[in-house]
Amino acid sequence: MTQIATERGPQHVRLVVGIWLALTAVAVPLIVLVLGPHLPPGRMTAEASSQRDANVLMTALLVPIGLLVCVAFIYSFVAFRQSGEAIVDGPPLKGHAGTQLLWIVVTGAIVVALAAWGSYTLIASSHGSGGGQGPDPIANPSGYKHALPVQVIGQQWEWTFRYPTYGSIETRDIAIPAHTLVAFHVTSLDVTHSFWAYELGVKADAVPGVDNIAYVNARRTGFFQVRCAELCGLWHGNMAKKGRVLSPQAFQAWIAAAKTKNDAVQKYLPPYNPWYFPAPLRRAG
Amino acid sequence: MSATPITVRRPAWRGLIGFNMLTGLALGAGGWFLGGWIGGQMAVGHDYLLGTDQNDVGIYMGYLFAVIGWLVGLGFANYPIGRLLGRPPTLRHHETTSWTRYFKLCTDHKVVGIQYFFGVGIFFFIGGLNAMLMRTELLRPVEHAWPAGQYLTLVGLHGTMMIMMTSAFILGPFGNYFVPIMIGARRMAFPRIEALTFWLVPAAGLILLSAIAFGGLPFGWTGYAPLADQGRAGIDAYVMAFILIGISLTLVGINLLVTILTMRAPGMTWSRLPIFVWGVLSTSILMALAAPVLIAVQTMVLIDRTANTSFFLASAGGSPYLYENLWWFFGHPEVYILALPGFGIVLEILPVFARKPLWGYRLAVAGMLGVTLLSFMVWQHHLFVSGMNSGLRPFYMLTTELISIPTGFIFLNALGTLWRGNIRFTVPMLFALAFFFNFLIGGLSGVFLSDVPSDVTTHGSFFVMAHFHYTIMGGLVFAFFAAAYYWLPKMLGFTFNEMLGKVHFWLMFVFFNLTFFPLFAAGFLDQPRRVSQYAPSLQGLNDFVSASAYVLGFSMLIFIANMIWSFVFVRQPAASNLWASRGLEWQLPTPVPVENFERVPVIRSGPYEYGVPGAAPVADFAPAALPATGGRT
Repeated sequence: MTQIATERGPQHVRLVVGIWLALTAVAVPLIVLVLGPHLPPGRMTAEASSQRDANVLMTALLVPIGLLVCVAFIYSFVAFRQSGEAIVDGPPLKGHAGTQLLWIVVTGAIVVALAAWGSYTLIASSHGSGGGQGPDPIANPSGYKHALPVQVIGQQWEWTFRYPTYGSIETRDIAIPAHTLVAFHVTSLDVTHSFWAYELGVKADAVPGVDNIAYVNARRTGFFQVRCAELCGLWHGNMAKKGRVLSPQAFQAWIAAAKTKNDAVQKYLPPYNPWYFPAPLRRAG
Repeated sequence: MSATPITVRRPAWRGLIGFNMLTGLALGAGGWFLGGWIGGQMAVGHDYLLGTDQNDVGIYMGYLFAVIGWLVGLGFANYPIGRLLGRPPTLRHHETTSWTRYFKLCTDHKVVGIQYFFGVGIFFFIGGLNAMLMRTELLRPVEHAWPAGQYLTLVGLHGTMMIMMTSAFILGPFGNYFVPIMIGARRMAFPRIEALTFWLVPAAGLILLSAIAFGGLPFGWTGYAPLADQGRAGIDAYVMAFILIGISLTLVGINLLVTILTMRAPGMTWSRLPIFVWGVLSTSILMALAAPVLIAVQTMVLIDRTANTSFFLASAGGSPYLYENLWWFFGHPEVYILALPGFGIVLEILPVFARKPLWGYRLAVAGMLGVTLLSFMVWQHHLFVSGMNSGLRPFYMLTTELISIPTGFIFLNALGTLWRGNIRFTVPMLFALAFFFNFLIGGLSGVFLSDVPSDVTTHGSFFVMAHFHYTIMGGLVFAFFAAAYYWLPKMLGFTFNEMLGKVHFWLMFVFFNLTFFPLFAAGFLDQPRRVSQYAPSLQGLNDFVSASAYVLGFSMLIFIANMIWSFVFVRQPAASNLWASRGLEWQLPTPVPVENFERVPVIRSGPYEYGVPGAAPVADFAPAALPATGGRT
């Protein structure tokens, strides 16, 4: 019986590989063409685009890996299940150096390639991919010194925004111009929040005493969803609002209107700072 | 010995008096009030304390004295005091055989294992109940079932309770019970410390639950400063409970490490060590090295709240980043503390039910040790968008992705073991196989989170939550049930009803996936973690998840029903080698005798030599030449 199984060994491998290839041939086009356009966070900005590409590529790469493991497992369940009640030992295979080496080399190569590609995207091609880079970003896009600064201030439980190039006015709504490099300077007045602008592909922790910078360059106008992605107390789920990407002309009009609205309170605002001395400790639920 | 033993009949209530759990509870309650009073005296006149409406010093002193009272009541002070008074060293507690030993300080590793199983299990169910209540809130996108503060307390209690209890979910019950048996020892290296590690767990669990009475936990299981510093006395409960668990985990790690290193029977070479013991060994290394950091970071929170230091208060020159770094330096090894015992369990079970040797034994060992080593180098992947050290992100991206190589070994081991075997789909085997499916999804989704561009989308969202539930619940908890169905017949001496076991498995497996897979989508569709309000468009998805979660919770009750049914109603004694396994633990009679082996056995061959022609029996239990030393008390 053992001999028969030995003879059929290569056939099992061929069958598993065949089923896997067939499934992969169906799955990968489906992922890229059907699922891909729905994967987050869309293509509103260059940074969001880099995240969408990362998500599509990884799904298209990881699903086949998962399928290979699943096919091999399920094939084993069907082909190698015990027949009858008697407990019979299987062939005493203890390992196969070639298979193990192949597995190590292949998984190692995939992993190193993924890390290299991720680092390239992060540093070189998408300048931080919209993630918060702290006060001294290492991945600066060209012309970053002339980026439009927008300060994002988290506090329990509201986001406010300051525009230092427009008289440091403070607003409760956020709007940014399209086709312009914007530098979000995220900070907090109390606890740690996380500024998540979903469609923009921006996420940066708001930490008291820290100026956390994230770059973004919007490709088109539209709305984006702002949320808080770090638990910050009772109304964490309520720190949501809609932001807008406006055409540069509409942005100028918006900021002029915001300035007028802000005039009455301007004299009460603290001078613009990269961060503000956090509120003293207070203990409240 | 001809004299008739004199039996003294004492009234039943006298059995309650002595060093046991009840005395511990009574002295613990007394200690709470004594400590609270002392703390109140200590803190008189401290303005920073009077400025708030509570006396943290009094609360901490209360907890401290309560724990001391609890341990004294259980009898932990008796031995050191006796030694100081000149009494001879002894492991007297070995001698007790009545059922009351489960409620006392007992140094028998098998008793401690069963204590762990039920003790940790109770808290696990409380944590699971919290999850059901959370899912009830999430049935609607607005706050409706619980006030926001209570919802956050549920989130915090669920996370904290589960992390605390599942850290020793496998090492506690099955590690304590089976590691000495599997390596051919008669006891653990430090039996009293072993008992201490268990009795600290209920103390921590009860203290954590006391947070409900003291204003709750508004900050999830991570307790990030400065949010935690805002909190009321509930945070003191959290800090104290985590310190106790940290001490317990450190001691569990050291105890198991020393036991495995020094107490193996003759012939138990490293290459014959059961793979579960390798999993325990690597977990012990992680526990001994990572859990002290947990104690340290929570102690820093403690003195921030009492002695007016400001390690983490940005308003006084501290840094929230310091907390995040210290926390995750413990926190990431912690997730492998949860995963590695599961690897050990499933690889232990697969050869038994595939009737083949463990395929690629050395690769599996290398995989576990590789995970152990790498897990200390990845913690900043929790902080990719935090704004600290952005130049280090490629490094942590690489190390995080590298960890999938040793993890992948485990899958190859499993496939190689199943390949051309004779697979029996028993209940433990089903759970072990489901582990691989769940951990596969958990692992692959982890690759998304390790890649910084993708992590910017998914960080802090339900995607992360789905990911770690796939690895912890889908991995660890499934492995726990695999181990329970596999080993409980040995521990408790009865066989489970197989039909109920299979119903439990299928319900749990199907509804686990129906609960957590949709949450990947919720995360992709921008639902942040730990919210009680979310986008109305996601209500359908959340309702589906809640409904599945209720069935998942119900499936746990089937396990309890099965235990009661099989233990109380149709008690069918388990055969001593129920699964026809070659494991050393299965060669012993059921129930296992008090000191396991009459003579220390000599190990003759590895535990997985299924089908190997001419394989020697696994051990020689009555070695003639060797004296009965080693592992003797």
